[in-house]
Amino acid sequence: MTPIDLRPVARLARLHLTDAELKTLEPQVARILDFIESLKAVKIEGVEPTSHPLSLSNVFREDKPEAFDGAALEAFIKRSPGSRGNFFEVPKIIEDKS
Amino acid sequence: MILSEKTASQLSALYKEKKCAPDETLKSLGEAVRAKDARTRAYIQFDPSRARRRDVSKDAPLWGVPIAVKDNICVADEEITCASKILQGFISPYHATVIEKLLAAGAVICGRTNMDEFAFGSSCETSFYGPTRNPRDPGRVPGGSSGGSAACVADHTAIAALGSDTGGSIRQPASLCGVVGIKPTYGRVSRYGLVAFASSLDQIGPITKDVRDAALLLGVLAGHDPKDSTSANLPVPDYPEVLGRPIKGMKIGIPREYLSSGSGQSGISPAVQKAVREDAVRVLERLGASCREVSLPHTAYAASTYYIIAPSEASSNLARFDGVRFGFRHRGGKNLLEMYEKTRGEGFGAEAKRRIILGTYSLSSGYYDAYYLRAMKVRTKIKNDFDEAFKQVDVLLTPTSPSTAFKLGEKSTDPVEMYLSDIYTISANLAGVPAISIPCGIEERAGKPLPIGLQFMAKPFDEAALFQVAHAFEQHTDFHKKLGNVKE
Repeated sequence: MTPIDLRPVARLARLHLTDAELKTLEPQVARILDFIESLKAVKIEGVEPTSHPLSLSNVFREDKPEAFDGAALEAFIKRSPGSRGNFFEVPKIIEDKS
Repeated sequence: MILSEKTASQLSALYKEKKCAPDETLKSLGEAVRAKDARTRAYIQFDPSRARRRDVSKDAPLWGVPIAVKDNICVADEEITCASKILQGFISPYHATVIEKLLAAGAVICGRTNMDEFAFGSSCETSFYGPTRNPRDPGRVPGGSSGGSAACVADHTAIAALGSDTGGSIRQPASLCGVVGIKPTYGRVSRYGLVAFASSLDQIGPITKDVRDAALLLGVLAGHDPKDSTSANLPVPDYPEVLGRPIKGMKIGIPREYLSSGSGQSGISPAVQKAVREDAVRVLERLGASCREVSLPHTAYAASTYYIIAPSEASSNLARFDGVRFGFRHRGGKNLLEMYEKTRGEGFGAEAKRRIILGTYSLSSGYYDAYYLRAMKVRTKIKNDFDEAFKQVDVLLTPTSPSTAFKLGEKSTDPVEMYLSDIYTISANLAGVPAISIPCGIEERAGKPLPIGLQFMAKPFDEAALFQVAHAFEQHTDFHKKLGNVKE
Protein backbone atom coordinates (compact mmCIF):
# COMPACT_ATOMS: atom_id res chain seq x y z
CA MET A 1 0.00 0.00 0.00
CA THR A 2 1.37 3.42 -0.99
CA PRO A 3 1.26 5.98 1.83
CA ILE A 4 -1.05 8.85 1.08
CA ASP A 5 -1.22 12.49 2.25
CA LEU A 6 -4.81 13.57 2.62
CA ARG A 7 -4.20 17.14 3.83
CA PRO A 8 -4.46 18.68 0.33
CA VAL A 9 -7.64 16.67 -0.32
CA ALA A 10 -9.15 17.87 2.96
CA ARG A 11 -8.36 21.46 1.96
CA LEU A 12 -10.13 20.96 -1.37
CA ALA A 13 -13.13 19.50 0.49
CA ARG A 14 -13.18 22.44 2.96
CA LEU A 15 -13.06 19.85 5.70
CA HIS A 16 -11.05 20.34 8.89
CA LEU A 17 -9.51 17.05 10.01
CA THR A 18 -7.54 16.66 13.22
CA ASP A 19 -4.13 14.95 13.17
CA ALA A 20 -5.73 11.94 14.84
CA GLU A 21 -8.42 11.77 12.14
CA LEU A 22 -5.81 12.00 9.38
CA LYS A 23 -3.83 9.21 10.99
CA THR A 24 -6.89 6.94 10.97
CA LEU A 25 -8.17 7.98 7.54
CA GLU A 26 -4.95 7.77 5.54
CA PRO A 27 -4.44 3.99 5.78
CA GLN A 28 -8.21 3.42 5.36
CA VAL A 29 -8.38 5.47 2.19
CA ALA A 30 -5.20 3.79 0.92
CA ARG A 31 -6.86 0.42 1.53
CA ILE A 32 -10.04 1.50 -0.29
CA LEU A 33 -7.97 2.79 -3.23
CA ASP A 34 -6.14 -0.54 -3.34
CA PHE A 35 -9.50 -2.30 -3.47
CA ILE A 36 -10.62 -0.03 -6.32
CA GLU A 37 -7.43 -0.82 -8.30
CA SER A 38 -9.20 -3.93 -9.64
CA LEU A 39 -10.96 -1.69 -12.18
CA LYS A 40 -7.70 -1.33 -14.08
CA ALA A 41 -8.25 -4.89 -15.36
CA VAL A 42 -11.42 -3.90 -17.29
CA LYS A 43 -10.99 -3.10 -20.99
CA ILE A 44 -12.67 0.27 -21.50
CA GLU A 45 -11.36 1.38 -24.89
CA GLY A 46 -14.22 2.77 -26.96
CA VAL A 47 -16.77 2.47 -24.10
CA GLU A 48 -18.97 5.52 -23.50
CA PRO A 49 -19.26 6.61 -19.85
CA THR A 50 -22.63 6.28 -18.07
CA SER A 51 -23.36 9.27 -15.85
CA HIS A 52 -26.92 8.14 -15.05
CA PRO A 53 -29.00 5.16 -16.13
CA LEU A 54 -31.82 6.90 -18.03
CA SER A 55 -31.79 7.79 -21.70
CA LEU A 56 -33.15 11.26 -20.88
CA SER A 57 -31.17 14.34 -21.79
CA ASN A 58 -31.78 18.09 -21.74
CA VAL A 59 -35.02 18.03 -19.77
CA PHE A 60 -36.27 21.62 -19.66
CA ARG A 61 -39.38 23.17 -18.26
CA GLU A 62 -41.17 26.00 -19.98
CA ASP A 63 -39.34 29.24 -19.29
CA LYS A 64 -42.04 31.38 -17.74
CA PRO A 65 -41.84 33.67 -14.73
CA GLU A 66 -43.62 32.63 -11.57
CA ALA A 67 -44.56 34.90 -8.69
CA PHE A 68 -42.47 34.30 -5.58
CA ASP A 69 -43.83 35.04 -2.17
CA GLY A 70 -41.49 37.41 -0.32
CA ALA A 71 -42.73 36.17 3.05
CA ALA A 72 -41.77 32.62 2.02
CA LEU A 73 -38.27 33.83 1.19
CA GLU A 74 -37.86 35.38 4.61
CA ALA A 75 -39.25 32.28 6.31
CA PHE A 76 -36.77 30.19 4.34
CA ILE A 77 -33.78 32.34 5.21
CA LYS A 78 -34.75 32.27 8.88
CA ARG A 79 -34.19 28.50 8.86
CA SER A 80 -30.47 29.09 8.44
CA PRO A 81 -28.03 29.20 11.38
CA GLY A 82 -27.42 32.93 10.81
CA SER A 83 -29.51 35.56 9.03
CA ARG A 84 -30.37 39.22 9.03
CA GLY A 85 -33.50 40.32 7.14
CA ASN A 86 -33.44 38.68 3.74
CA PHE A 87 -29.75 37.80 3.94
CA PHE A 88 -27.66 34.90 5.18
CA GLU A 89 -25.15 36.22 7.68
CA VAL A 90 -21.55 34.92 7.49
CA PRO A 91 -18.21 35.92 9.04
CA LYS A 92 -16.40 38.81 7.43
CA ILE A 93 -14.92 37.88 4.05
CA ILE A 94 -12.94 41.06 3.35
CA GLU A 95 -9.63 41.19 5.24
CA ASP A 96 -8.67 44.41 7.07
CA LYS A 97 -5.78 46.31 5.48
CA SER A 98 -2.82 46.13 7.80
CA MET B 1 -56.99 -7.01 17.72
CA ILE B 2 -53.76 -5.01 17.87
CA LEU B 3 -53.93 -2.38 15.14
CA SER B 4 -50.17 -1.69 15.04
CA GLU B 5 -49.69 -5.29 13.91
CA LYS B 6 -51.84 -4.83 10.80
CA THR B 7 -50.72 -4.25 7.24
CA ALA B 8 -51.89 -1.24 5.24
CA SER B 9 -54.30 -3.35 3.21
CA GLN B 10 -55.71 -5.01 6.35
CA LEU B 11 -56.28 -1.57 7.89
CA SER B 12 -58.05 -0.33 4.75
CA ALA B 13 -60.43 -3.27 4.93
CA LEU B 14 -61.07 -2.70 8.65
CA TYR B 15 -61.79 1.00 8.06
CA LYS B 16 -64.22 0.17 5.26
CA GLU B 17 -66.05 -2.24 7.54
CA LYS B 18 -66.04 0.51 10.20
CA LYS B 19 -64.35 -1.85 12.66
CA CYS B 20 -61.81 0.79 13.67
CA ALA B 21 -60.70 4.34 12.90
CA PRO B 22 -57.32 5.89 11.98
CA ASP B 23 -56.97 7.59 15.36
CA GLU B 24 -57.16 4.20 17.05
CA THR B 25 -54.35 2.96 14.79
CA LEU B 26 -52.22 5.95 15.76
CA LYS B 27 -52.95 5.30 19.42
CA SER B 28 -51.99 1.65 19.03
CA LEU B 29 -48.75 2.63 17.29
CA GLY B 30 -48.01 5.11 20.07
CA GLU B 31 -48.38 2.31 22.62
CA ALA B 32 -46.19 -0.02 20.57
CA VAL B 33 -43.48 2.63 20.22
CA ARG B 34 -43.54 3.34 23.96
CA ALA B 35 -43.27 -0.35 24.76
CA LYS B 36 -40.69 -1.39 22.17
CA ASP B 37 -38.68 1.47 20.68
CA ALA B 38 -36.27 1.69 23.63
CA ARG B 39 -35.05 -1.76 22.54
CA THR B 40 -34.55 -1.00 18.84
CA ARG B 41 -34.27 2.82 18.67
CA ALA B 42 -35.80 2.74 15.21
CA TYR B 43 -37.25 6.23 15.48
CA ILE B 44 -35.52 9.59 15.73
CA GLN B 45 -38.89 11.09 16.53
CA PHE B 46 -42.36 9.63 16.96
CA ASP B 47 -45.08 12.01 18.04
CA PRO B 48 -48.66 11.19 16.99
CA SER B 49 -49.69 14.75 17.90
CA ARG B 50 -47.53 15.95 15.00
CA ALA B 51 -49.08 13.50 12.52
CA ARG B 52 -49.85 15.03 9.10
CA ARG B 53 -52.92 14.18 7.10
CA ARG B 54 -55.26 15.74 4.59
CA ASP B 55 -58.99 15.70 4.36
CA VAL B 56 -59.39 13.41 1.36
CA SER B 57 -61.98 10.85 0.27
CA LYS B 58 -62.17 7.70 2.36
CA ASP B 59 -61.81 5.80 -0.90
CA ALA B 60 -58.24 7.06 -1.32
CA PRO B 61 -55.88 4.06 -1.48
CA LEU B 62 -54.02 4.75 1.78
CA TRP B 63 -56.75 6.55 3.70
CA GLY B 64 -55.92 6.51 7.40
CA VAL B 65 -52.73 4.44 7.01
CA PRO B 66 -49.80 5.77 9.07
CA ILE B 67 -46.45 5.81 7.25
CA ALA B 68 -43.06 6.37 8.92
CA VAL B 69 -40.47 8.34 6.96
CA LYS B 70 -36.71 8.02 6.77
CA ASP B 71 -35.06 11.17 8.09
CA ASN B 72 -33.66 12.20 4.68
CA ILE B 73 -37.07 12.93 3.14
CA CYS B 74 -38.54 16.42 3.61
CA VAL B 75 -41.79 16.83 5.55
CA ALA B 76 -42.69 20.53 5.57
CA ASP B 77 -42.05 22.33 8.87
CA GLU B 78 -40.54 19.23 10.51
CA GLU B 79 -36.89 18.86 11.44
CA ILE B 80 -34.83 16.83 8.97
CA THR B 81 -31.34 15.73 9.99
CA CYS B 82 -30.21 12.74 7.86
CA ALA B 83 -29.04 11.49 11.29
CA SER B 84 -26.19 14.02 11.13
CA LYS B 85 -25.07 16.68 13.55
CA ILE B 86 -24.54 19.08 10.66
CA LEU B 87 -28.28 19.30 9.97
CA GLN B 88 -29.39 19.55 13.61
CA GLY B 89 -32.26 22.00 13.91
CA PHE B 90 -32.93 22.38 10.18
CA ILE B 91 -36.63 22.55 9.40
CA SER B 92 -37.85 21.36 5.97
CA PRO B 93 -39.28 24.26 3.97
CA TYR B 94 -41.51 22.02 1.83
CA HIS B 95 -42.84 18.49 1.35
CA ALA B 96 -40.97 16.01 -0.80
CA THR B 97 -43.10 14.93 -3.77
CA VAL B 98 -43.51 11.47 -2.21
CA ILE B 99 -44.97 13.10 0.91
CA GLU B 100 -47.40 15.14 -1.23
CA LYS B 101 -48.43 11.92 -2.96
CA LEU B 102 -48.90 10.02 0.30
CA LEU B 103 -50.99 12.83 1.79
CA ALA B 104 -53.12 13.02 -1.37
CA ALA B 105 -53.65 9.25 -1.07
CA GLY B 106 -54.96 9.70 2.47
CA ALA B 107 -51.87 8.44 4.35
CA VAL B 108 -50.98 9.78 7.77
CA ILE B 109 -47.33 10.88 7.94
CA CYS B 110 -45.96 10.12 11.33
CA GLY B 111 -42.49 9.49 12.67
CA ARG B 112 -38.94 10.06 11.42
CA THR B 113 -36.82 6.93 11.31
CA ASN B 114 -33.13 6.49 12.11
CA MET B 115 -30.54 5.87 9.41
CA ASP B 116 -26.84 5.82 8.74
CA GLU B 117 -25.59 9.41 8.58
CA PHE B 118 -26.55 10.76 5.13
CA ALA B 119 -27.34 7.12 4.21
CA PHE B 120 -23.63 6.23 4.31
CA GLY B 121 -23.58 2.73 5.73
CA SER B 122 -24.96 -0.76 5.79
CA SER B 123 -25.62 -1.17 9.50
CA CYS B 124 -27.33 1.96 10.87
CA GLU B 125 -24.33 2.37 13.20
CA THR B 126 -23.12 5.70 11.77
CA SER B 127 -26.17 7.68 12.97
CA PHE B 128 -25.41 10.74 15.11
CA TYR B 129 -28.24 9.52 17.38
CA GLY B 130 -26.63 6.13 17.95
CA PRO B 131 -27.38 2.78 16.33
CA THR B 132 -30.72 1.15 15.66
CA ARG B 133 -30.91 -2.50 16.68
CA ASN B 134 -32.46 -5.43 14.86
CA PRO B 135 -35.81 -6.39 16.44
CA ARG B 136 -35.12 -10.08 15.67
CA ASP B 137 -31.98 -9.91 17.86
CA PRO B 138 -31.01 -6.60 19.50
CA GLY B 139 -27.35 -7.66 19.58
CA ARG B 140 -27.34 -7.41 15.80
CA VAL B 141 -27.64 -4.58 13.30
CA PRO B 142 -30.84 -3.96 11.33
CA GLY B 143 -28.83 -3.26 8.17
CA GLY B 144 -28.64 0.09 6.55
CA SER B 145 -28.91 2.70 5.65
CA SER B 146 -32.72 2.60 6.05
CA GLY B 147 -32.25 0.53 9.23
CA GLY B 148 -34.79 2.49 11.27
CA SER B 149 -37.49 2.09 8.63
CA ALA B 150 -36.92 -1.67 8.29
CA ALA B 151 -36.70 -2.19 12.07
CA CYS B 152 -39.94 -0.36 12.90
CA VAL B 153 -41.88 -2.27 10.22
CA ALA B 154 -40.48 -5.62 11.43
CA ASP B 155 -41.16 -4.67 15.07
CA HIS B 156 -44.77 -3.54 14.37
CA THR B 157 -44.00 -0.04 15.58
CA ALA B 158 -44.94 1.14 12.07
CA ILE B 159 -47.44 -0.08 9.51
CA ALA B 160 -45.11 0.72 6.61
CA ALA B 161 -42.23 3.09 6.01
CA LEU B 162 -40.33 4.98 3.33
CA GLY B 163 -36.67 4.31 2.75
CA SER B 164 -34.14 5.38 0.18
CA ASP B 165 -31.75 3.14 -1.72
CA THR B 166 -28.45 4.21 -3.27
CA GLY B 167 -26.59 0.88 -3.16
CA GLY B 168 -28.99 -1.39 -1.28
CA SER B 169 -30.21 0.84 1.53
CA ILE B 170 -33.83 -0.34 1.27
CA ARG B 171 -33.24 -3.97 0.31
CA GLN B 172 -30.39 -4.94 2.63
CA PRO B 173 -32.13 -3.75 5.86
CA ALA B 174 -35.40 -5.29 4.62
CA SER B 175 -33.49 -8.56 4.21
CA LEU B 176 -31.78 -8.39 7.61
CA CYS B 177 -35.02 -7.48 9.41
CA GLY B 178 -37.19 -9.97 7.46
CA VAL B 179 -39.55 -7.57 5.70
CA VAL B 180 -40.22 -6.47 2.11
CA GLY B 181 -38.35 -3.60 0.45
CA ILE B 182 -38.33 -2.42 -3.15
CA LYS B 183 -35.94 -0.11 -4.94
CA PRO B 184 -37.84 1.14 -7.98
CA THR B 185 -36.28 1.77 -11.40
CA TYR B 186 -34.17 4.93 -11.42
CA GLY B 187 -36.64 7.62 -12.51
CA ARG B 188 -39.79 5.79 -11.37
CA VAL B 189 -40.23 7.79 -8.14
CA SER B 190 -39.48 11.50 -7.81
CA ARG B 191 -36.40 12.41 -5.81
CA TYR B 192 -37.63 15.97 -5.19
CA GLY B 193 -37.28 16.57 -1.46
CA LEU B 194 -34.93 13.63 -0.86
CA VAL B 195 -31.61 14.88 0.51
CA ALA B 196 -29.26 13.82 -2.26
CA PHE B 197 -26.53 11.27 -1.53
CA ALA B 198 -25.57 10.08 -5.05
CA SER B 199 -27.97 11.65 -7.52
CA SER B 200 -27.50 9.10 -10.31
CA LEU B 201 -28.19 6.17 -7.95
CA ASP B 202 -30.73 7.32 -5.34
CA GLN B 203 -34.35 6.12 -5.35
CA ILE B 204 -37.08 6.30 -2.71
CA GLY B 205 -39.15 3.17 -2.09
CA PRO B 206 -41.43 1.49 0.45
CA ILE B 207 -40.54 -0.98 3.23
CA THR B 208 -43.56 -3.07 4.15
CA LYS B 209 -44.77 -6.19 5.97
CA ASP B 210 -45.80 -8.00 2.79
CA VAL B 211 -45.66 -7.79 -1.00
CA ARG B 212 -49.24 -6.54 -1.32
CA ASP B 213 -48.44 -3.44 0.74
CA ALA B 214 -45.29 -2.81 -1.31
CA ALA B 215 -47.36 -2.88 -4.52
CA LEU B 216 -50.01 -0.65 -2.96
CA LEU B 217 -47.47 1.93 -1.78
CA LEU B 218 -45.36 2.00 -4.92
CA GLY B 219 -48.54 2.62 -6.94
CA VAL B 220 -49.02 5.80 -4.89
CA LEU B 221 -45.36 6.92 -4.89
CA ALA B 222 -44.55 6.32 -8.57
CA GLY B 223 -45.07 8.70 -11.45
CA HIS B 224 -43.67 11.63 -13.34
CA ASP B 225 -42.76 14.80 -11.46
CA PRO B 226 -41.79 17.98 -13.33
CA LYS B 227 -39.79 18.99 -10.24
CA ASP B 228 -37.34 16.10 -10.80
CA SER B 229 -35.68 16.28 -14.22
CA THR B 230 -34.62 12.64 -13.91
CA SER B 231 -38.17 11.43 -13.32
CA ALA B 232 -39.53 9.30 -16.16
CA ASN B 233 -42.70 10.35 -17.93
CA LEU B 234 -44.24 6.89 -18.20
CA PRO B 235 -47.62 5.51 -17.15
CA VAL B 236 -47.72 3.68 -13.80
CA PRO B 237 -49.33 0.22 -14.01
CA ASP B 238 -51.90 -0.94 -11.46
CA TYR B 239 -49.44 -2.91 -9.31
CA PRO B 240 -51.90 -4.61 -6.92
CA GLU B 241 -53.67 -5.89 -10.06
CA VAL B 242 -50.76 -8.24 -10.92
CA LEU B 243 -50.80 -9.93 -7.49
CA GLY B 244 -52.05 -13.49 -7.74
CA ARG B 245 -51.16 -13.90 -11.41
CA PRO B 246 -49.48 -17.26 -11.94
CA ILE B 247 -45.78 -17.37 -12.77
CA LYS B 248 -46.00 -20.49 -14.88
CA GLY B 249 -43.62 -20.07 -17.81
CA MET B 250 -41.79 -17.12 -16.27
CA LYS B 251 -38.08 -17.24 -17.10
CA ILE B 252 -35.87 -16.66 -14.07
CA GLY B 253 -32.13 -16.13 -14.40
CA ILE B 254 -29.61 -16.96 -11.70
CA PRO B 255 -26.43 -14.96 -12.21
CA ARG B 256 -23.68 -17.51 -11.69
CA GLU B 257 -21.26 -14.81 -10.49
CA TYR B 258 -23.49 -14.16 -7.45
CA LEU B 259 -23.58 -17.67 -6.07
CA SER B 260 -20.52 -19.56 -7.15
CA SER B 261 -17.69 -19.71 -4.69
CA GLY B 262 -14.25 -18.53 -5.68
CA SER B 263 -15.58 -15.78 -7.93
CA GLY B 264 -13.95 -13.14 -5.77
CA GLN B 265 -17.19 -12.25 -4.00
CA SER B 266 -17.37 -11.69 -0.30
CA GLY B 267 -18.07 -15.02 1.38
CA ILE B 268 -21.68 -16.03 1.05
CA SER B 269 -22.87 -17.90 4.11
CA PRO B 270 -23.90 -21.53 3.59
CA ALA B 271 -27.39 -20.81 4.99
CA VAL B 272 -27.97 -18.03 2.47
CA GLN B 273 -26.55 -20.10 -0.39
CA LYS B 274 -28.91 -22.99 0.42
CA ALA B 275 -32.00 -20.84 1.01
CA VAL B 276 -31.58 -19.08 -2.33
CA ARG B 277 -29.86 -21.51 -4.69
CA GLU B 278 -31.68 -24.64 -3.56
CA ASP B 279 -34.86 -23.90 -1.61
CA ALA B 280 -36.08 -20.77 -3.40
CA VAL B 281 -35.30 -22.18 -6.83
CA ARG B 282 -37.21 -25.37 -5.98
CA VAL B 283 -40.28 -23.34 -4.93
CA LEU B 284 -40.22 -21.23 -8.09
CA GLU B 285 -39.86 -24.28 -10.30
CA ARG B 286 -42.74 -25.95 -8.51
CA LEU B 287 -44.80 -22.87 -9.35
CA GLY B 288 -44.01 -23.43 -13.02
CA ALA B 289 -41.20 -20.94 -13.56
CA SER B 290 -38.10 -22.06 -15.42
CA CYS B 291 -34.82 -21.23 -13.70
CA ARG B 292 -31.52 -21.13 -15.56
CA GLU B 293 -28.06 -19.75 -15.00
CA VAL B 294 -27.10 -16.54 -16.74
CA SER B 295 -23.92 -14.51 -16.64
CA LEU B 296 -23.31 -10.92 -15.54
CA PRO B 297 -19.58 -10.95 -16.32
CA HIS B 298 -18.69 -7.59 -14.77
CA THR B 299 -20.25 -8.33 -11.37
CA ALA B 300 -16.86 -8.56 -9.70
CA TYR B 301 -16.22 -4.89 -10.56
CA ALA B 302 -19.51 -3.50 -9.25
CA ALA B 303 -18.30 -2.72 -5.73
CA SER B 304 -15.18 -0.89 -6.93
CA THR B 305 -17.22 1.06 -9.47
CA TYR B 306 -19.78 1.97 -6.85
CA TYR B 307 -17.18 3.09 -4.30
CA ILE B 308 -15.83 5.59 -6.82
CA ILE B 309 -19.12 6.88 -8.23
CA ALA B 310 -21.16 7.08 -5.01
CA PRO B 311 -18.56 8.97 -2.90
CA SER B 312 -17.77 11.27 -5.85
CA GLU B 313 -21.40 12.29 -6.18
CA ALA B 314 -21.73 12.47 -2.39
CA SER B 315 -18.74 14.77 -1.96
CA SER B 316 -20.30 17.09 -4.51
CA ASN B 317 -23.81 16.93 -3.00
CA LEU B 318 -22.55 17.47 0.54
CA ALA B 319 -20.64 20.61 -0.44
CA ARG B 320 -23.81 22.57 0.33
CA PHE B 321 -23.51 21.81 4.05
CA ASP B 322 -21.10 24.55 5.00
CA GLY B 323 -22.73 26.33 7.94
CA VAL B 324 -24.34 29.07 5.86
CA ARG B 325 -27.83 27.82 5.04
CA PHE B 326 -28.47 24.61 6.96
CA GLY B 327 -28.49 23.42 10.53
CA PHE B 328 -25.26 23.53 12.51
CA ARG B 329 -22.60 26.27 12.30
CA HIS B 330 -19.22 26.46 14.05
CA ARG B 331 -19.30 29.80 15.83
CA GLY B 332 -15.63 30.59 16.46
CA GLY B 333 -14.38 30.88 12.85
CA LYS B 334 -12.12 33.89 12.22
CA ASN B 335 -13.16 34.07 8.59
CA LEU B 336 -15.49 32.40 6.11
CA LEU B 337 -13.06 29.63 5.13
CA GLU B 338 -12.40 28.66 8.72
CA MET B 339 -16.14 28.70 9.41
CA TYR B 340 -16.69 26.28 6.49
CA GLU B 341 -13.87 23.94 7.48
CA LYS B 342 -14.67 23.84 11.20
CA THR B 343 -18.42 23.51 10.62
CA ARG B 344 -17.82 20.53 8.35
CA GLY B 345 -15.10 19.09 10.58
CA GLU B 346 -17.37 19.17 13.62
CA GLY B 347 -20.66 18.51 11.85
CA PHE B 348 -19.87 15.37 9.83
CA GLY B 349 -19.23 11.97 11.39
CA ALA B 350 -16.38 9.59 10.52
CA GLU B 351 -18.04 7.73 7.63
CA ALA B 352 -19.27 10.95 6.00
CA LYS B 353 -15.75 12.37 6.22
CA ARG B 354 -14.30 9.19 4.73
CA ARG B 355 -16.67 9.41 1.75
CA ILE B 356 -16.17 13.14 1.23
CA ILE B 357 -12.40 12.62 1.18
CA LEU B 358 -12.62 9.60 -1.11
CA GLY B 359 -14.96 11.41 -3.51
CA THR B 360 -12.89 14.59 -3.52
CA TYR B 361 -9.80 12.49 -4.20
CA SER B 362 -11.45 10.59 -7.13
CA LEU B 363 -12.64 13.84 -8.70
CA SER B 364 -9.47 15.86 -8.18
CA SER B 365 -7.35 16.86 -11.13
CA GLY B 366 -4.82 14.18 -11.99
CA TYR B 367 -7.05 11.37 -10.67
CA TYR B 368 -10.34 12.07 -12.48
CA ASP B 369 -9.54 9.95 -15.57
CA ALA B 370 -8.06 7.07 -13.61
CA TYR B 371 -10.94 6.88 -11.14
CA TYR B 372 -14.21 8.67 -11.90
CA LEU B 373 -14.15 8.51 -15.70
CA ARG B 374 -12.97 4.90 -15.68
CA ALA B 375 -15.72 3.97 -13.21
CA MET B 376 -18.38 5.58 -15.42
CA LYS B 377 -17.15 3.45 -18.34
CA VAL B 378 -17.18 0.25 -16.28
CA ARG B 379 -20.69 1.26 -15.24
CA THR B 380 -21.69 1.12 -18.92
CA LYS B 381 -20.36 -2.45 -19.13
CA ILE B 382 -22.27 -3.44 -15.97
CA LYS B 383 -25.45 -1.96 -17.43
CA ASN B 384 -24.86 -3.80 -20.74
CA ASP B 385 -24.57 -7.08 -18.82
CA PHE B 386 -28.10 -6.51 -17.49
CA ASP B 387 -29.45 -5.58 -20.94
CA GLU B 388 -28.04 -8.85 -22.30
CA ALA B 389 -29.40 -10.92 -19.40
CA PHE B 390 -32.90 -9.47 -19.80
CA LYS B 391 -32.93 -10.57 -23.45
CA GLN B 392 -32.89 -14.13 -22.10
CA VAL B 393 -34.94 -13.99 -18.90
CA ASP B 394 -37.81 -12.03 -17.30
CA VAL B 395 -36.31 -11.57 -13.85
CA LEU B 396 -33.04 -12.30 -12.06
CA LEU B 397 -32.84 -14.05 -8.71
CA THR B 398 -30.01 -13.48 -6.20
CA PRO B 399 -29.50 -13.29 -2.45
CA THR B 400 -30.03 -9.77 -1.08
CA SER B 401 -27.12 -9.97 1.32
CA PRO B 402 -24.27 -12.49 1.66
CA SER B 403 -25.19 -13.19 5.29
CA THR B 404 -27.93 -12.72 7.86
CA ALA B 405 -27.73 -9.79 10.31
CA PHE B 406 -24.25 -9.31 11.77
CA LYS B 407 -23.43 -8.14 15.29
CA LEU B 408 -23.07 -4.49 16.25
CA GLY B 409 -19.43 -3.48 15.87
CA GLU B 410 -18.57 -6.59 13.85
CA LYS B 411 -17.79 -4.72 10.62
CA SER B 412 -17.36 -1.16 11.80
CA THR B 413 -13.55 -1.27 12.00
CA ASP B 414 -12.87 -2.16 8.36
CA PRO B 415 -14.69 0.03 5.82
CA VAL B 416 -14.01 -2.34 2.91
CA GLU B 417 -15.59 -5.26 4.75
CA MET B 418 -18.64 -3.12 5.49
CA TYR B 419 -18.80 -2.02 1.83
CA LEU B 420 -18.83 -5.67 0.72
CA SER B 421 -22.07 -6.34 2.59
CA ASP B 422 -23.77 -4.48 -0.31
CA ILE B 423 -22.16 -6.69 -2.93
CA TYR B 424 -25.45 -8.11 -4.27
CA THR B 425 -27.46 -4.92 -4.22
CA ILE B 426 -25.26 -2.20 -5.75
CA SER B 427 -25.39 -3.46 -9.34
CA ALA B 428 -29.11 -2.66 -9.57
CA ASN B 429 -28.38 0.98 -8.70
CA LEU B 430 -25.51 1.21 -11.17
CA ALA B 431 -27.70 -0.26 -13.93
CA GLY B 432 -30.82 1.61 -12.77
CA VAL B 433 -32.99 -1.53 -12.72
CA PRO B 434 -35.74 -2.22 -10.16
CA ALA B 435 -35.12 -4.78 -7.40
CA ILE B 436 -37.13 -6.18 -4.50
CA SER B 437 -36.09 -8.07 -1.37
CA ILE B 438 -38.46 -10.50 0.34
CA PRO B 439 -37.92 -13.04 3.13
CA CYS B 440 -36.96 -16.53 1.88
CA GLY B 441 -35.60 -18.31 4.93
CA ILE B 442 -34.76 -18.22 8.60
CA GLU B 443 -31.38 -19.03 10.09
CA GLU B 444 -31.47 -19.92 13.80
CA ARG B 445 -28.52 -18.34 15.62
CA ALA B 446 -28.35 -18.70 19.41
CA GLY B 447 -32.09 -19.27 19.52
CA LYS B 448 -32.86 -16.13 17.50
CA PRO B 449 -34.62 -16.38 14.12
CA LEU B 450 -32.48 -14.39 11.66
CA PRO B 451 -34.25 -13.72 8.35
CA ILE B 452 -32.66 -14.46 4.96
CA GLY B 453 -33.56 -12.22 2.03
CA LEU B 454 -34.17 -13.08 -1.62
CA GLN B 455 -33.69 -10.43 -4.30
CA PHE B 456 -35.44 -10.27 -7.65
CA MET B 457 -34.33 -7.77 -10.29
CA ALA B 458 -36.23 -6.90 -13.47
CA LYS B 459 -35.73 -4.83 -16.58
CA PRO B 460 -36.20 -1.06 -16.25
CA PHE B 461 -39.78 -0.01 -15.34
CA ASP B 462 -40.96 -3.62 -15.00
CA GLU B 463 -41.72 -3.44 -11.27
CA ALA B 464 -44.94 -5.33 -12.05
CA ALA B 465 -42.90 -8.47 -12.84
CA LEU B 466 -41.19 -8.14 -9.44
CA PHE B 467 -44.50 -7.92 -7.60
CA GLN B 468 -45.93 -10.84 -9.55
CA VAL B 469 -43.04 -13.23 -8.81
CA ALA B 470 -42.44 -11.96 -5.25
CA HIS B 471 -46.11 -12.35 -4.36
CA ALA B 472 -46.29 -15.86 -5.81
CA PHE B 473 -43.21 -16.84 -3.80
CA GLU B 474 -44.51 -15.21 -0.62
CA GLN B 475 -47.95 -16.82 -0.83
CA HIS B 476 -46.38 -20.22 -1.40
CA THR B 477 -43.75 -20.06 1.34
CA ASP B 478 -45.52 -17.95 3.98
CA PHE B 479 -42.30 -16.50 5.43
CA HIS B 480 -44.21 -13.25 6.01
CA LYS B 481 -46.42 -15.21 8.41
CA LYS B 482 -43.65 -17.37 9.87
CA LEU B 483 -41.77 -14.18 10.76
CA GLY B 484 -44.88 -12.68 12.31
CA ASN B 485 -45.14 -9.79 9.85
CA VAL B 486 -48.68 -10.66 8.90
CA LYS B 487 -51.13 -12.02 11.41
CA GLU B 488 -54.63 -13.16 10.61
